[in-house]
Amino acid sequence: MQKYAINIAFFVGCLLIVLAAQFGMVDLYVQSVIMFMGINIILSSSLNIVNGYMGEFSCGHAAFMCVGAYVSSVVTVVLFAQNKIFGAPILPPDMAVLFMPLAILIGGLVSAVVGILVAVPSFKTRGDYLAIITIAVNYMVISGIENLEIIGGSRGFMGMKQVVYAMSDVVNIPWMMIWTILGTVFTIWIIRRFVSSTYGKGISAICQDEIAAEIMSVNTNKMKLVAFMLSSGLAGIAGGLFAHVIGYVNPQSFNILKSTECLVMVYLGGMGSLSGSVLSAVLFTLLLEALRPLQIVKWVIIPLILVLLMQFRPEGILGNKELGDVFPRLKRYCRFK
Amino acid sequence: MSLINIDEMTQRFGGLQAVSKFDMELQGGELVGLIGPNGAGKTTIFNLVSGFYQPSEGSITFAGKDTRGLKPHQVTAMGVARTFQNIRLWHDMSVLDNIRIAQHYRLGYSVFDSFLRTKRYRKGEERIDSIAWEMLEAMDLKEFAHELPSNLPYGLQRRVEIARAMSTKPKLLLLDEPAAGLNSADVEGLITLVRWIHDNFDITIWMIEHQMKVVMSLCQYIKCIDFGATIAEGTPEQIQNDPTVIKAYLGDDNI
Amino acid sequence: MEALFQNIINALQWGSFYALIALGYTLVYGVLLLINFAHGDIFMVGAYIAFGVSVFVLGTQGLGLPNWAILACGVPLTMILTAGVGVTLERIAYRPLRRKGAHRLYVVITALMCGLILENGNLALLGASRKKFPELMEKAVWTFGNVSVTNLKVIVIVAAFATFAFLNFIVTRTRIGMAMRAVSYDKFAIPLMGIPVDSVIVFTFVLGSGFAGLAGMLFAMSYPILEPYMGALIGWKAFIAAVVGGIGDIRGAFVGGFLLGFIEILVVAFFPSTFRDLIAFSILLLILWIKPTGLFGVARHQKI
Repeated sequence: MQKYAINIAFFVGCLLIVLAAQFGMVDLYVQSVIMFMGINIILSSSLNIVNGYMGEFSCGHAAFMCVGAYVSSVVTVVLFAQNKIFGAPILPPDMAVLFMPLAILIGGLVSAVVGILVAVPSFKTRGDYLAIITIAVNYMVISGIENLEIIGGSRGFMGMKQVVYAMSDVVNIPWMMIWTILGTVFTIWIIRRFVSSTYGKGISAICQDEIAAEIMSVNTNKMKLVAFMLSSGLAGIAGGLFAHVIGYVNPQSFNILKSTECLVMVYLGGMGSLSGSVLSAVLFTLLLEALRPLQIVKWVIIPLILVLLMQFRPEGILGNKELGDVFPRLKRYCRFK
Repeated sequence: MSLINIDEMTQRFGGLQAVSKFDMELQGGELVGLIGPNGAGKTTIFNLVSGFYQPSEGSITFAGKDTRGLKPHQVTAMGVARTFQNIRLWHDMSVLDNIRIAQHYRLGYSVFDSFLRTKRYRKGEERIDSIAWEMLEAMDLKEFAHELPSNLPYGLQRRVEIARAMSTKPKLLLLDEPAAGLNSADVEGLITLVRWIHDNFDITIWMIEHQMKVVMSLCQYIKCIDFGATIAEGTPEQIQNDPTVIKAYLGDDNI
Repeated sequence: MEALFQNIINALQWGSFYALIALGYTLVYGVLLLINFAHGDIFMVGAYIAFGVSVFVLGTQGLGLPNWAILACGVPLTMILTAGVGVTLERIAYRPLRRKGAHRLYVVITALMCGLILENGNLALLGASRKKFPELMEKAVWTFGNVSVTNLKVIVIVAAFATFAFLNFIVTRTRIGMAMRAVSYDKFAIPLMGIPVDSVIVFTFVLGSGFAGLAGMLFAMSYPILEPYMGALIGWKAFIAAVVGGIGDIRGAFVGGFLLGFIEILVVAFFPSTFRDLIAFSILLLILWIKPTGLFGVARHQKI
């Protein structure tokens, strides 16, 4: 029992959050902060696969989030909501409850496929050249969507609120909160299992010495493909959740600034540390909200804090260690495989 | 059928002929040496054999199969393993992990198995785990299994690298200057280790080495190259007395 | 035909800005292997400094000099002050990290953060209102058939070419240029050879930021509306141009900048302008796909 203390505490905590949201004990603002926290955790830990574990420098993570957000939104809106262009819902809106996670997964799958756009060039080139390719892909995705009038172009795409309301009409519980928590747990679980398997450790081998990895029988091209697709697919899931939490997406919400936020969270937490990514995503979200009253000055103070942090602790909060390595006692209370 | 047959292999880098018309045939089970002055093209030959470069001309046949066009990891999976001149271990991973990852080609499970921790995943991990521990045991590295390679002395790092290469279960082991940077005690240990590996595993060893003591005491057959071309070959005694070899290493008498 | 000439001239002007900024990226990258993501914002700061200098110091609200004098003093003053900004960044943000031997990517993130600080600090200090840059030069338009060329366009293009020639001279023909190239080869051996690495790096930042200042001033004269985010997009694009040219090589940055300028202007000439980024970036990606090291880049030989 003691072994699972933290797991149980986490589960109870999530349950309490959902219950509190259900009975209106926390207001909508706090709820949305918690949901953004979850989305940020997905973003930072998924980018950590590529930038931390594999040691590449991908700066266009928001592009995949964008693809996921648009694909899952279009799927749910076409199927379950009244829309000017797509017309009446194809399926009865009640079914949204069942279909929601599937729609978000479809968004993730499509953005995993888009991830190939970045993965294939990474076979031949790495480092700064790859960085530029990811930036270019970020611009291309945004620009491509801005030119797709059918999904709203640069004005953005909406209608996801209707789908969320349709779910609440069936059973009135905070659906998006539940999906976000499940999505976050799913992401961490998958990444944890991937990077702790010998298969997944192949990407760490690529990070530390690519030539040795290739000669020691690691299929580096395939591993890169898997890592990029996993990372972008999870980012797509984050995007899908984001779109349905906000109820509205605009291509410019996924610009380079958003990618920069993802980068900041990864490097703040420490490259190659999953718990570091989670921790930094939580801290970063809280910091953003705490400094909200400062308006634009916020975006001076946050970078300043980071620059100072880099000066004093250049390896990020946890370096490349996990929380369990820093506090070995924690391991006694937690089984996480 | 011979284990490896290299036929008139030539490699050019721009105008430079790094290796020219190199021939080599090993039947399996030998312990052979490749010597030559610095820059003679020895490592290039290893890079060609391990698939890191593609030969400009000529062919390499390993166990009856042409290896041209194969990626290095495919060549390794066929049974060619190598070590590097300057040690290239993965320094931020434990010795055990180094040895486990080198068995990547026969994990026997896919990425989805790693997510779902299926039976196939558990079987695969168990298998490579047991092989890894066997190898550590055999190489006398068991007590360092959880150390980072960077914390080990140089001689041990060499041994870890050889163990990592051996854990791919190679038929042909290429050792690129295994004695480089070792002190004399470590060199003695290395000679014993290589001989032990050769006697106890069904393996062919081909080594590049500068230290004559190592080459002469281990190798049954030696090939000497200079400027990419073979200048002498034969038993250690023949090589030691060959005037062209002496000339390549020490220069002409009449300087 | 005339439309083509007109487009070529516009592309040359537009490419000049990219080239000037890309040169700064490539100089710093060539020496430090650091993507100085703050460079686009240094360009923006350069434009604001040019504005401050020509309005509040030399111009109507300062010394009240005539326009030609503002131009003559303003250009060097802007370049010096902008160079100061670049060197300050290097001294307080990058150098301590380098001394600690931090991972290269952390320096890059620091650069990214410095860019954000410059952008938003400017926004916080000066407010969101756009600044109107004064007209310092009487506009002269020369027309050849239907092709019109303004004197400003000519100045911008000439300035870009002159800068390229100057930097190329410095890097290939002078002692300090030789030191810069040496530092990029081997940062550890160079101090042992008696070359003061830090001075070389500071000099690199002076050059790169100084010419970003020049680009800022010229940009402000050509498009006289200033806003804090003007540097971000153009900076990213110039960086992409530098990489396509082959980052670390002066010629590459120059050619890459003009290439991007041409692609953008031609895309706008034939497609709706909203397709500009999409098509331009697709073409650049295609170039990188075919030649992963860029047009002038040389693949570093990997030794095992």
